[in-house]
Amino acid sequence: MDLKQVYREIVNEHNLHPGHKEPLMRPAVERRGYNPTCGDDITLQLSYDDAGRIREVAFTGEGCAVSQASTDIMLDMIEGKSKEEALGIVESFMQMIRGTADEEQIEALDEAAALQDIAHMPARVKCATLSWYTLEKILSGEEG
Amino acid sequence: MDISQIRRDFPILADESYIYFDNAATSQRPRQVTEAVERFYQTTNANPLRGLYEWSIGATDAYEGAREKVAAFLHAKDPSEIIFVRNATEAINLVAYSWALGNIKEGEEIVLSVTEHHSNILPWQMVAQQKGAKLVYLEPDEEGQIPESEFAKITEKTALVAIGMVSNVLGTENPVKRLAALAHEKGALLLTDAAQAAPHQEIDVTQLDVDFLALSGHKMLAPFGIGVLYGKKSILENMSPFLRGGEMIEYVTRQDATYAELPHKFEAGTVNAAGAVGLAAAIDYLTDIGFDEIRRQELALTQALVSGMKETGHIRVYGSPDPAKHHGIVTFNIEGCHPHDVSSILDAEKICIRAGHHCAQPLMQFLKVGSTARASVYFYNTMEETERFIAALPKVRSTLGYMD
Repeated sequence: MDLKQVYREIVNEHNLHPGHKEPLMRPAVERRGYNPTCGDDITLQLSYDDAGRIREVAFTGEGCAVSQASTDIMLDMIEGKSKEEALGIVESFMQMIRGTADEEQIEALDEAAALQDIAHMPARVKCATLSWYTLEKILSGEEG
Repeated sequence: MDISQIRRDFPILADESYIYFDNAATSQRPRQVTEAVERFYQTTNANPLRGLYEWSIGATDAYEGAREKVAAFLHAKDPSEIIFVRNATEAINLVAYSWALGNIKEGEEIVLSVTEHHSNILPWQMVAQQKGAKLVYLEPDEEGQIPESEFAKITEKTALVAIGMVSNVLGTENPVKRLAALAHEKGALLLTDAAQAAPHQEIDVTQLDVDFLALSGHKMLAPFGIGVLYGKKSILENMSPFLRGGEMIEYVTRQDATYAELPHKFEAGTVNAAGAVGLAAAIDYLTDIGFDEIRRQELALTQALVSGMKETGHIRVYGSPDPAKHHGIVTFNIEGCHPHDVSSILDAEKICIRAGHHCAQPLMQFLKVGSTARASVYFYNTMEETERFIAALPKVRSTLGYMD
């Protein structure tokens, strides 16, 4: 496959100029996602409003362009969403990676759909999914 | 040496669209090696060391012949000082379990270098934790060389110096002979991890006066799964076995056993005879070419890589500015580009390089980088390949959206 399908403008833009790579003053939750084989190391931070909706989002850490962009895109998408809505987005993303998402889901994934082709790169797919798995663990209330 | 002639010995290199620059991870194998393995299986395959019939005797001869070849290659005094293991990692673990746990006492020190591969760190962390010993690290300078002032860390408290001969990240060589002398002065032993040295240079364990040496066959043209531990006979004789089971005993009763003589005491279970035969063929191949020729070609390639990277710009090369001190290893980072992206983008150009921490995280912390990219050459690589590699490097930043 053509690598340019992965390093598209959307991905490069989010990697070079991430919108959310600024730690929160008072995060309600924080969770680190780490991939020991490649060293991608990302910490997500969220805060919620009184209604339980995701109010602020941020990440810190180091990683490749794919992991950085995937994280920034994900945070763009869940800002202002309820936990259930955010979990739905995560589920659609995972289905897209597994190749089981329908057209409607992929369309709803908006910029995250730019990462669709990473599914065909076994060496890199974990770069794209690291932050999504980490978010899923936060939202589903998993300890640790 | 005629590179195109040599490349014809390596079937995998026939497809010249690929550039294999990950030789520090594992080398490619010439047909002389794979054919020696095949010939063993096709003509004399049997379980060696035990059978009393012709094929088993043939297998034993092939296996023990390989041991003699390795002993001569390393200039060991006696073939019984050569223990076949799976790889350098297993060799080092053997020493950790069979020598260190029995000999290192609470409060004693194990001296390592920050540049070590994890395989020469983790076994000693285990020993230190179990015995209450302490790990002491020699700190390299910016170029990866250990300054003489650091040698003072080898003291009366030192029980063992465990040091790589050549760093798998920076390619720098440590003064193993000097360190062995210093260790012996203080009554300590020295183990050297020669996994990155053995493919590139002649090693003389007697002249170096090391107590233990570990190497992996797969980095020097041999099959996967065969490696070597060299140990001085007087030390090996007083060590307890590492693994216990078949083919390493003298006499067994229900409650007790006595163990076989060296080297079989350390080779429990059915051995990798075909692997040893492959290693012997690899040694023949390397000896035929000669290490002078091998180093000459590697140096030319390394020079081309280092100067090409410098001209490309936005690239930082780690280690010495002198290509001769790299042993074919060029570790680098491209400004603003994560090494995994670098490797993926070069992969699209059919260029194989390594990216990551190279199993040397303490060194990455020392260099203050999360990870790096590494191109490593061997004697069968060509100047055309280095040119194509250098020409591909600007694509990394452009693919990632930099305008330069």
